[in-house]
Amino acid sequence: MFFFRKTGENAPLDGFGSILAEAVGLILAWDPDLIEIIALSLRVTLTAVAIACLIGLPLGAAVGAFRFPGRTVVTVVLNALMGLPPVVVGLMVYLMLSASGPLGPLQLLYTPTAMVIAQTILVTPIVAALTKQVVEDLNREYAEQFASMGVGPLDRVGALLWDARYSLLTVALAGFGRAVAEVGAVIIVGGNINHVTRVMTTTIALETSKGNLQLALALGVVLLTIALIVNAAVMAIRASAVRAAYA
Amino acid sequence: MLKPADLMETVWKETGEAAPPAIVGARGLSYAVDRRPLIRDIGLEIPAGRRTVVMGANGAGKSLLLRLLHGLISPTDGHVLWKGRPLDAAGRRAQAMVFQRPVMLRRSVLANLQFALRVHGLRGPARRARERSALALARLEHLAGRPARVLSGGEQQRLAVARALACEPELLFLDEPTASLDPASTHAIESLIQEAHAAGVTIVMVTHDRAQALRLGDHVLFMSGGRIVESGPAARVLDAPRSEAAQAWLEGRLHFETGDPERSQAPGDNT
Repeated sequence: MFFFRKTGENAPLDGFGSILAEAVGLILAWDPDLIEIIALSLRVTLTAVAIACLIGLPLGAAVGAFRFPGRTVVTVVLNALMGLPPVVVGLMVYLMLSASGPLGPLQLLYTPTAMVIAQTILVTPIVAALTKQVVEDLNREYAEQFASMGVGPLDRVGALLWDARYSLLTVALAGFGRAVAEVGAVIIVGGNINHVTRVMTTTIALETSKGNLQLALALGVVLLTIALIVNAAVMAIRASAVRAAYA
Repeated sequence: MLKPADLMETVWKETGEAAPPAIVGARGLSYAVDRRPLIRDIGLEIPAGRRTVVMGANGAGKSLLLRLLHGLISPTDGHVLWKGRPLDAAGRRAQAMVFQRPVMLRRSVLANLQFALRVHGLRGPARRARERSALALARLEHLAGRPARVLSGGEQQRLAVARALACEPELLFLDEPTASLDPASTHAIESLIQEAHAAGVTIVMVTHDRAQALRLGDHVLFMSGGRIVESGPAARVLDAPRSEAAQAWLEGRLHFETGDPERSQAPGDNT
């Protein structure tokens, strides 16, 4: 609406400025609705990333550390799944969870759990494929020493994951980035229900279409800030690890 | 050329001693990559409790022989023997190897020792005692908590040797352990090797350094073109080599081999 309130050449810019000011005001006022949306976003995303790491880290490490028949196929599939279109994943999860779907009786559709499931499916291949790459590089360095020591398969995966821990932080970060910014899948399986499944990205999409740009922009600012803080934190941890030659 | 089976016998005839039992050996050992033979039909017996130095030009197959004997790679033909029987997991556990470039885990000095000992099956007080003695052996007690990979090259190699010896191997392979070290660090590593030998560990080491071979070797195996072409007491092989390859290498005429004896290169022979 604001963009149409044209009073001069600079009107759109003034409009943006005033929207931004109102957005910052919303954030500073610690608006309860805003907080609820941010909290749910973080809860869903962090849960999905945690589950994706639980599956993706050992899976990626195993593919990276061992030679087995079909390894190339697994690698190609993992790499392809990294680019899964979120709306397709959303649709698949929707079909699984809908009343007539195989998991319909669980009644998970339009719940945060459904959103966690969709995001986990999106993020797991990213974590697994990137972990595979990191672990494969490290394994190349360690393989002969480990073979000499007689390190068993489980110890080997464990040691590689532990020794790659700082690189794997970045891997988890990539997963977090994908999940927190994702809108297509969560809007399909979550339904963007107020106070139930409304997260930052779906709210931004909704409020923008309604013309409520202050709230949309406020959430955009929060999303960017979270991304910046998380990235800065991971970079700081990595920098200290590099000094110790651990990364 | 000497036949492989005769090699060890020759060594002991020259020294006039009775041959000690072999700890590790090979029968008809061959290794090829893409049908290119890199190790050719090696038969050998390494005597227990002695220090054997493997020498030869680059590409002669020294490191490959060590890796085959240690079970890191599988031979294309023939087999490795441990105390007269095919090398198995128990035999491998009784061996350790130190590489030219020490491979340190991204952990502290102490954690590197702990990992090796834990993998070796040691737990609790027994493991802690070994950790302490290994740190003392490497003279790294004051750096126990330091990340291993920020240590100097010499310190890392000392840690690598101590880590290998902490598992109390019967046989220690060393692949050019001092090739990239300064004289002081080299001396420290040689002392560790001598201590291990004095404690009864069989030493099998690859080196390019003639003086080191004389200091550390009881006898020398000289390799060329994937074969052992000469073997005998270190001083005799290095002072009065009988094989053409050993003579050429000691006189500085032979630096690099392609793995194909007919195409071995000497300086000025840039074909």
